[in-house]
Amino acid sequence: MIADLPLIPEYQRVQADEQIYLPRKARIIDCRQLTSLERVFTVELPPDYPFSHRPGQFVEVSVFGIGEAPISVSSSPSRSDGVIELCVRKVGNVTSALHRMRSGATIGIRGPFGRGFPYEKFRGKDLLFAPGGLGLAPLRSLFNQVLDERALYGRVILLYGARTPAELLFKDELKLWQARPDVEMLLTVDRGDESWTGNVGVITTLFRHISIYPRNTIAVTCGPPVMYRFVLMELFGRGISEGNIYLSLERRMKCGVGKCGHCQINHVYTCQSGPVFSYAEIKGLEEAL
Amino acid sequence: MGLTLIQKSDFPDFVQRLTANYRVVGPVEIGGGHAFRDIIDPSTLRLNYPTTILPPKKYLLPQRETLLEFNDGGDEDAWAVMDGEPTVMIGVHTCDLHAILLLNKVFSTGQVDPHYIHRRNQTLIVSVECLTPCDEQSFCKSMGTLTIDEGYDLHITDLGDTYAIDIGTIRGKELLRSAKTRPALQKDIEQLNSVLSEKWPRFPYRLDFDVSDLPSLLSLSMKSPLWTELGERCLGCASCTIVCPTCFCFDIQDEIELDLQHGSRVRVWDSCQLDQFATVAGGHNFRKKRSIRQRHRFLRKGKYILEAHQYLGCVGCGRCARACLVKISPVSVFNELNRQQEIVKTP
Repeated sequence: MIADLPLIPEYQRVQADEQIYLPRKARIIDCRQLTSLERVFTVELPPDYPFSHRPGQFVEVSVFGIGEAPISVSSSPSRSDGVIELCVRKVGNVTSALHRMRSGATIGIRGPFGRGFPYEKFRGKDLLFAPGGLGLAPLRSLFNQVLDERALYGRVILLYGARTPAELLFKDELKLWQARPDVEMLLTVDRGDESWTGNVGVITTLFRHISIYPRNTIAVTCGPPVMYRFVLMELFGRGISEGNIYLSLERRMKCGVGKCGHCQINHVYTCQSGPVFSYAEIKGLEEAL
Repeated sequence: MGLTLIQKSDFPDFVQRLTANYRVVGPVEIGGGHAFRDIIDPSTLRLNYPTTILPPKKYLLPQRETLLEFNDGGDEDAWAVMDGEPTVMIGVHTCDLHAILLLNKVFSTGQVDPHYIHRRNQTLIVSVECLTPCDEQSFCKSMGTLTIDEGYDLHITDLGDTYAIDIGTIRGKELLRSAKTRPALQKDIEQLNSVLSEKWPRFPYRLDFDVSDLPSLLSLSMKSPLWTELGERCLGCASCTIVCPTCFCFDIQDEIELDLQHGSRVRVWDSCQLDQFATVAGGHNFRKKRSIRQRHRFLRKGKYILEAHQYLGCVGCGRCARACLVKISPVSVFNELNRQQEIVKTP
């Protein structure tokens, strides 16, 4: 029988390898409704889970019986000691099932996966955040990381746009950030309502209200696919170089481990090389934007 | 590790003995063609077969395999399922074995896939040397897969009354322990050499250029009008990728029992040719057009996979061309791209 025979050396090492598709059990300990579609889950990881993430990385969230979905970690490493926050839009099977879950429920977590923001490289620079809509969810991780080591960075600018005032995410935190003297924040909505007194227009209409020093600025953006080209044009117009613009791209990262093929952008597996890329890294990829 | 010979008349007995300890699979005649099936009766095994609709990949990466099971009855728990049993795969063509070498690489690179490797480790491969082309769709010679010198445990060449068996591994040698073999003599080696040199001219080169130029040809062809033309013909049925020996993309789905307590997470084959493959939850489809999906497929086969894993993603078996309802064939696609570039190059 084969069991008595030596294995092919090349494959031998994997016999005892870890189960890459087996999620760890985690518990929802809090959930907050942010908008009609988005909810933030606070998830407690098991104590023996060696979890440490970079801002911009994602996890695969399991609802057993429904499936898995890739969700970016929305809390910063500086505030994620055994507990992470996931901001989830109710849009598919898994996310709808998640939205039906309450505190105490068990979910599965795999990860973190992918490449996050190289924020150590951003130290000493001015940071310009330009998230659109749900794009704030992954950028919030980086934003709070920066705020928690604020002295290491130059200016921190946040230009945030949503479709309507009701769809602005993390309104409590926006208020806190607005009040900080070391954060320059501008908000906009595509369509205002009777209570909205701020800017109305797409996110690019905010750029004219700020001045930046392009040679020392890192721009970070994330949002719906249609937004990128307009934001990029603004950033190029300001003279920010391609290597100093970072984007977090959305793809269907089904396995998270560079095998299943769904997240490929040309030859690049987003789950391995991304989801965070500098524009210089993706500008040659036809399918990127 | 050496060459040994077995009389053809003794071969069924060898296979029969294997079935006592292993699941034995190999090509059998079925429905006017051939397919890999479980071999219970060794007389049904056909080592001299043109090709199969599905490649033997299905035993290493099954169309549907359980990755985990879970229960959801208040005490949610999940555990990995490692399927697979000691298997001997007999009659693997060299093109399909080249494809398995690629799969080995894919599933053992980066995060190692325990499910694939678990099956692979329990599988012994007895490959066969092809002596005549399968049909007009196969282009193994152009792709460099007409023969092979690694990846098998045993490799069989038909010498008329006998099979010459090259022993590739210790595991292969162990398989032969109970078989009636005799060591190869000088005249056997000479006969093997003449069979191998006579087979070579029987196979046509079907690409108009050397395969080493394929990756650069494809990178120059991103904007070729051919993709639009293919997109207009392609039905998006995914037959090409389903029958491909190197396609490994998959989907993962949860299935729940009627008791709503227990369930399993299964891996199933998926295809970049299906319209929802690159669609994200919000509904945005990053490869909406069939032309772009066809381009992605051919770029993967001839360039992306090679760059990532050092093996070509196409082994020239011709299955996709046979399966295609609108007759999209890799040979004509690659040759047409080459022709378009020749025109560009000509002053």
